[in-house]
Amino acid sequence: MLDRERAQMPVMPPEATTPRLEQAANRRRRGDVAQFLLRYGIVLALLALQIALAFLSPVFLTVDNQLQVLLQASINAIIALGLTFVIITAGIDLSVGSTAALAGMVGAKAMGAEVPWGVAILLALGVGLAVGAANGLLITRLRITPFIVTLGTLSVVRGLTLIYSEGRPVFGFPKAFNERVAGDLGPVPMPVVIAGGVALASWFVLRYTRLGEYAYAIGGNEEATRLSGVAVDRTKVGIYMVCGLFAAIAGVVLSARLRAAEPNAASGYELDAIAATVMGGTSLFGGEGGVVGTIIGALIIATLRNGLNLLNVQAYYQQLAIGLVIILAVALDRFRQ
Amino acid sequence: MGTDPGEPTARAATTNGRPPALRVRGVSKAFPGVRALRDVGLEVAAGEVHALVGENGAGKSTLMKILFGVHQPDAGTIELGGRTVTIPSPQAAQRLGISMVHQELSLVPALDVARNVFLGREPARGPGLVDWPRLYRDARALLDRLGIRLDPRIPVRRLSTAQKQMVEIARALAWRPSLVILDEPTSSLTPAEIDELFRILRGLRDDGVAILYISHRLEELGQIADRVTVLRDGGYVATLDARRTTIPELIRLMVGRSLEQQFPKEVVPLGDEALRVIGLTRRGVLRDVSFAIRASEIVGMAGLVGAGRSETARALFGADPHDAGEVYVRGRRVTVRSPSDAIRAGIGLLPEDRKTQGLVLPLSVATNISLATLPAVSPGGVVRHRLRAALARRFVRDLRIRTPNIAFRTRNLSGGNQQKVVLAKWLASDPRVLIFDEPTRGIDVGAKVEVYHLMTDLARRGVGILLISSELPEVLGMSDRVLVMHEGRIVADLPRTEATQERVIAHASGEAVHA
Repeated sequence: MLDRERAQMPVMPPEATTPRLEQAANRRRRGDVAQFLLRYGIVLALLALQIALAFLSPVFLTVDNQLQVLLQASINAIIALGLTFVIITAGIDLSVGSTAALAGMVGAKAMGAEVPWGVAILLALGVGLAVGAANGLLITRLRITPFIVTLGTLSVVRGLTLIYSEGRPVFGFPKAFNERVAGDLGPVPMPVVIAGGVALASWFVLRYTRLGEYAYAIGGNEEATRLSGVAVDRTKVGIYMVCGLFAAIAGVVLSARLRAAEPNAASGYELDAIAATVMGGTSLFGGEGGVVGTIIGALIIATLRNGLNLLNVQAYYQQLAIGLVIILAVALDRFRQ
Repeated sequence: MGTDPGEPTARAATTNGRPPALRVRGVSKAFPGVRALRDVGLEVAAGEVHALVGENGAGKSTLMKILFGVHQPDAGTIELGGRTVTIPSPQAAQRLGISMVHQELSLVPALDVARNVFLGREPARGPGLVDWPRLYRDARALLDRLGIRLDPRIPVRRLSTAQKQMVEIARALAWRPSLVILDEPTSSLTPAEIDELFRILRGLRDDGVAILYISHRLEELGQIADRVTVLRDGGYVATLDARRTTIPELIRLMVGRSLEQQFPKEVVPLGDEALRVIGLTRRGVLRDVSFAIRASEIVGMAGLVGAGRSETARALFGADPHDAGEVYVRGRRVTVRSPSDAIRAGIGLLPEDRKTQGLVLPLSVATNISLATLPAVSPGGVVRHRLRAALARRFVRDLRIRTPNIAFRTRNLSGGNQQKVVLAKWLASDPRVLIFDEPTRGIDVGAKVEVYHLMTDLARRGVGILLISSELPEVLGMSDRVLVMHEGRIVADLPRTEATQERVIAHASGEAVHA
């Protein structure tokens, strides 16, 4: 029916609606301005934060410092983009921090065993895909809620990392690895470039592929999607694999930045990533959200950390401030709905 | 004030020269994309049952929500007993003496009847302390006053839908409101339960309470309502004496044109066998279900709730597992283990509940229409948005789906248009056999007829149709043949000419097994 359908499809005028509906559409468009402001209120929040910090600190707006903010946001952004996929399906993945650590450790050990660094990276990414597949299969086959499954794997994967590394960090990576993964491309730090690449890929997948389309549909109404003939379980496994893959990318980048793979690396990162995703407007109930919001969410967290550092605010107060901003951002989102 | 049933009741609004209990004047309300109400007026007298009717999307719900403080009107005034009021919230509505019985039940299942009735306003015996003995005494007294025979200590979870409805009504009346709004209170009740409800409502009316009654069931209005107000497309159409009007007149006013024919059945020459089901069995649910449908044939399926009709559809479609049985499409054996198998074999299913099973409500018209056929517009896994838009626009035009554009969220469409989107999804998959499970439930008269036309259209194009419906007139009106199910099996297979209401009911209730 594929080809027949395409052949039959006539060229249509862009809008074939009655005048009354046209009016309704116009009203809707006007409503869209308000919607836009609320929807992108998060963008305004970031801008406001930037402006305020620009006044408060002479260093903040310098190119070096802005690049520093991007660098600080990059790892969280990569993890959060993976989580965005999962949360769009109304799922959650708490195991991303542990997955990043295990992937980083596997890559590091491989390089220690004289495996070429490119291959070591592939191995690390394979670990991420495997953990994601395990999460997805446990969720879809055993019908356990994602929160519980990934709370379990959060601990299991961290345990595996500690056992595998015997609790010791691994150092001494090839110089090429450090430079390619955590060096600079012109003025821009590689982690930022990588995060940008991951963001572009995510945007494309969510907007233009079946996988992305089905992710929104599953999050919006899983039963209706299943009854439309969509292989819901297989799609979900795929989504968790994407999330695991991104966590592994973040783990590799983190180990390159630190010049070491630590068994306790990235612990608690899942919370920052969830915060960035939710702040960016991805609903925990599924069916909506996207890449742009998540990136902005990650930038807000990084900007806040950076700004508070520049202002010499004590670390204790930073924790407090970030928590309040998360709640404020989500409260704004609730208001929008 | 007492209502003499022999007298015309249209005078009720001006009884004794007192201002009406409720007067709505010039109320308008717009939402993004929808003009929900436009200059609507309405008067309800104390001691009157005033029915409000209209198709889905006519503005009934919006008006109710405005009266109950959920929405604020853009223009217009609301008077209660002659005093102009603003109703900023449901709490304020309750303080003003307005109560509402919701269509969707809003009870807490784990709590008992009395605690549900007084939820949020428990009698206090000190700060934060509930006077439990008084609460149960008051609940008892209230239930007795309303003539509701229910133990106040039974958890609501153990009640039937009808009993829950009674609790809901008791809760609305616990305040002794002066205006009660009921939103489709009879949609889940049996005839006996409806009589019971009407008895309670008449008692309230005789006590001088004003009742605003919203219903899709036009046939019951003559029994309960004094006057009827008709809304259409968000505007006021007419207010009539309920006992002097007729159902065709109401339908004409609601739809804005007369319906020459409620069931546009056309006799179409039948083709070859489209579907054959042999011995479909699911332990404890379906027993040896066998039937066949020919191309261009509409086969109705009747039966009581729980007889296995939807279960047959779901098993056949792969949505539920089955233990035994064979399915043939156009004479070829197919194995159906999942909906995607069924779709590949050429079977489609319009599920019985479009909101939970048919649509992804937060997503657009275009996404929903293409959901079952996305691979067709996404070669290589990459969605071609232009192809998809063309597909969606074609069906929006062919099915006359009323939507501002194809990116519009399906959540904001009316029930009839939502159902058309689900139908479009299946038409896009070009099925040989299409199962309609309760296709017209909760959609208005005009949209129903459109669905029937589309069904006839499909039959003409050679699709075999299985029509499952609890509305017997619909099954009898549209089908070439009627299958009757009882306790998981097919007990009768009646040709159109032999399928009468009495005969189908007799088979469905298991009384005609040997006939």
